Amino acid sequence: MFNRDRWKEILEVLTTNWFRTLLTAFGVFWGILILIILLSAGKGLENGIKQDFSGVATNTMFMWTQTTTMAYEGLPEGRNFNFKLGDVNLIKDNVHGLRIVSPRNGLQNQQGVDNVFYKTESGSYRVFGDYPEIIFQNSMFVNHGRFLNYHDIEERRKVIVIGDGVRKDLYDDGEEVLGTYLKIQGVNFMVVGTYKEKASNGNGENAERQIYIPFTTFSQAFNRADNVGWMAITAKDGFSISALLPSVVNTVKESRKVHPDDERAVGYFDLYEQFNRVESLFSAMRWIAIIVGTMVLISGVIGVSNIMLIVVKERTKEIGIRRALGEDPWSIKKQILLESIFLTIVSGMTGVIFGALFIYGINSLLDSVGPVDMFLNPSVSVGVVLVALLILIVSGLLAGFIPAQNAIKVRPIDALRTE
Amino acid sequence: MIEIKNLHKSYKMGSNSLHVLKGINFSCEAGELVAIMGSSGSGKSTLLNILGMLDELDEGSYDLDGVPIKNLNETKAAQYRNKFLGFIFQSFNLINYKSALENVALPLYYQRVGRKERQEKALKYLEQVGLKEWATHLPSELSGGQKQRVAIARAMAAEPKVLLADEPTGALDSKTSYEVMDLIQKINDAGNTILVVTHEEDIAEMCKRIVHLKDGVIVEDKKVEQVRASQYV
Repeated sequence: MFNRDRWKEILEVLTTNWFRTLLTAFGVFWGILILIILLSAGKGLENGIKQDFSGVATNTMFMWTQTTTMAYEGLPEGRNFNFKLGDVNLIKDNVHGLRIVSPRNGLQNQQGVDNVFYKTESGSYRVFGDYPEIIFQNSMFVNHGRFLNYHDIEERRKVIVIGDGVRKDLYDDGEEVLGTYLKIQGVNFMVVGTYKEKASNGNGENAERQIYIPFTTFSQAFNRADNVGWMAITAKDGFSISALLPSVVNTVKESRKVHPDDERAVGYFDLYEQFNRVESLFSAMRWIAIIVGTMVLISGVIGVSNIMLIVVKERTKEIGIRRALGEDPWSIKKQILLESIFLTIVSGMTGVIFGALFIYGINSLLDSVGPVDMFLNPSVSVGVVLVALLILIVSGLLAGFIPAQNAIKVRPIDALRTE
Repeated sequence: MIEIKNLHKSYKMGSNSLHVLKGINFSCEAGELVAIMGSSGSGKSTLLNILGMLDELDEGSYDLDGVPIKNLNETKAAQYRNKFLGFIFQSFNLINYKSALENVALPLYYQRVGRKERQEKALKYLEQVGLKEWATHLPSELSGGQKQRVAIARAMAAEPKVLLADEPTGALDSKTSYEVMDLIQKINDAGNTILVVTHEEDIAEMCKRIVHLKDGVIVEDKKVEQVRASQYV
């Protein structure tokens, strides 16, 4: 196969009609290019959207109370109720497979009305009462000081951890944050740490404008007794929160004396299901890219096959001469197949190279204009390129197969007669 | 060298069958120069094609240098053609994108002779036909006579048992024809067996034996006094 004369001949044949070869090659080139661009665009979108989930425990549900719609055990419908701190342990005991059950409280802050004050600065931020485990459920990390711990919870310390966005708003650059006091709705809290978001897009900015207070301190300072605003519940690895969700909801319904059939009393949101939906959306997009790209590629390959048929037709007489001189029919078949494979691989790999350049260009463009919403780092894996190469070899073989068969089907005596 | 017994060949033309060769008996020794003559439709080309293993016989037997030629598959036929036969065509049939040297080297390539040896041999045969200086030229840069000489060099390159020439002078003027015949005679003088199909009387007389074909049978087979072509050159 790696025979100098054979390759010389392949090049001779393909270069005799430059323009035709180029046009044919373009079909395959275009197919691969489109395949790669589609795949990388899909990947870019996927990366962009998945970044929103990065660092978040996706196997998580949120649950909150609404208004009952059914009377139960002597209690009327239309009743407002709250989860209690006791429900947390009840859920932990009753439902097997949960990793974290975080009770949460929050301050309702009206937009534009400042609720946090520091020296002469003030701002409006979301303030949460939380247990230390919340750091494993949200996509945050402590970049300065420490996060809340169980001593804070037990001793009801008036300490807070603030987002980096809050620090930027209220403090001067380089000013020491730790040990300073913020006044939140009239109560002073000492800052013990600051945190940042793992995701660095627009949503991250918002999430860095929040303040975390120990749950017990929050309850005491803002008169929540043992009420729980909502819960964030994460399942252990290997358990699906979607599967555990009904028993969690039923547990709290029972303890809060809500009718088991009351669908609207407890509100919940299944992050895992949402995540899966996004996941399946991307897998669908990937398939569309592959199918569309392959279709375009196939039309390119058909072009190659077509041209090879014409080449064989044009060379019928030559093939007759070669066979009269004693060339093995197999050798002729191999020649045609190699020409076809060579053409597809060269044009296909050119497509891959252009696709890579295109991705490179888009990436440097994205770098220069800064992060774009829902689009990040488009790319194709080396695996995809290898698969593309394999597809090219196979399609080159297929494209050359019928023409090669035609080439040796003609008997040498008939081939010699053609003018 | 060649031994043909009771050779029959017919072609199917739709529902009719055309009986072209009707029992040919022919033999030829090594070193002979035989002219096969006949008007068009006499079956001389069909005979040559069968001799050249380009076509299969229906009935009878064909032995070439003691090897029975029968029921060959394409691969085997290609091997035998390469080993036993050299072809010279009326229309030269050179491969037009290959140089004279490459054309001559082609049969050697099919024998898997190494590149260097191939080129040396091809050059030697080009020298024999007097075209050494034209080795790198493409067929389109050669005259008709030169093309035919390249084709003869190519036919000789594989050192075949028999050279088969199908109207070798058919596309040439008479002066060039004689030059080509002179070359063929010289090759024959060197001991090669050559069969020439022609319908030209003067070309046939330059051979040593003339076989007349008519309506698919041999009507005459005579030895003749060879006319040397060199006297016309």
